[in-house]
Amino acid sequence: MASEQTHSGNPRVDIEYRKKKSAEEMRYQIVSFSMMIFLTLVAFIAVGYGDFSAWFIVPFILLLAVVQVVFQLYYFMHMSHKGHEAPALFLYSGLLVGLITILAFMTIIWW
Amino acid sequence: MHVEDKFTAETWPAAPEKQTLEGKNKFLGFWLFLGGETVLFASLFATYLALKDKVPNAEHALAKDLFELPIVFVATMLLLTSSLTSVYAMYHMKNFNFKKMQLWLGLTVLLGFAFLLLEIYEFNHYVHEYHHTFTSSAFGSAFYTLVGFHGGHVAFGLLWIVTLMVRNAKRGLDLYNAPKFYVASLYWHFIDVVWVFIFTVVYLMGMVG
Repeated sequence: MASEQTHSGNPRVDIEYRKKKSAEEMRYQIVSFSMMIFLTLVAFIAVGYGDFSAWFIVPFILLLAVVQVVFQLYYFMHMSHKGHEAPALFLYSGLLVGLITILAFMTIIWW
Repeated sequence: MHVEDKFTAETWPAAPEKQTLEGKNKFLGFWLFLGGETVLFASLFATYLALKDKVPNAEHALAKDLFELPIVFVATMLLLTSSLTSVYAMYHMKNFNFKKMQLWLGLTVLLGFAFLLLEIYEFNHYVHEYHHTFTSSAFGSAFYTLVGFHGGHVAFGLLWIVTLMVRNAKRGLDLYNAPKFYVASLYWHFIDVVWVFIFTVVYLMGMVG
């Protein structure tokens, strides 16, 4: 996007600025990745070693999955950047239809 | 800016994937496709949840008999790490470093391939040790359709990335192929998004019972 470009008139200065911005973004990506690994570990340990009832553990690991996917979508897939209004609309519309499908299959159709 | 323009690291735009009309269209169209994929996978998840452990008699293995956490954990780490390596590839793409981008894409492909091999081993194990097959029960059909569809996506993603790497090996980076690499990396992340729900809903919830 033209608006995201920097125009100091000096390409050398611009590239320094952009490299810095990219490196900064990469740091956020590493933090996201560490969080994702951590959430995965918590979920596996809770199921593998934890002594919890299914009523607690199922909502808990589902919540961990949702948080991890938010990291993936907003950082790894750049949905936190500008110009992602249409992608958000498409994705959330798909998710809405999908959740209704899951609800329907689990309650009305099969039981 | 035009598709055929030659660039240097200094003149390379900040968002190369959206500089051309074709790039903008690819970006928009691909996210529409991902919205559709969400519906597709949600319906497979719905079917799996409805048919989980629905077997004709007590001789058939149930989810808690089949699944083993270590192998699923290794598979998860492989795919999660491959998601990070493809982030690195796009980082180098934005910095106009074609060689490093290719290197990180290559690592992504290796990790994805290892994941696929592990899944093949896993399915083979279920079929031969537990006689849990596609046609053995409603549970079997739903399981292999959901997890297999994801595995199919991994296989397609690998072919896609390898094709892009080979076809553009001598071209270097330009505004013609930058959107292609960007969209392929989005697809790869989406595969990981689906896997997060598979390991949670299928494997971990399967172990819980």
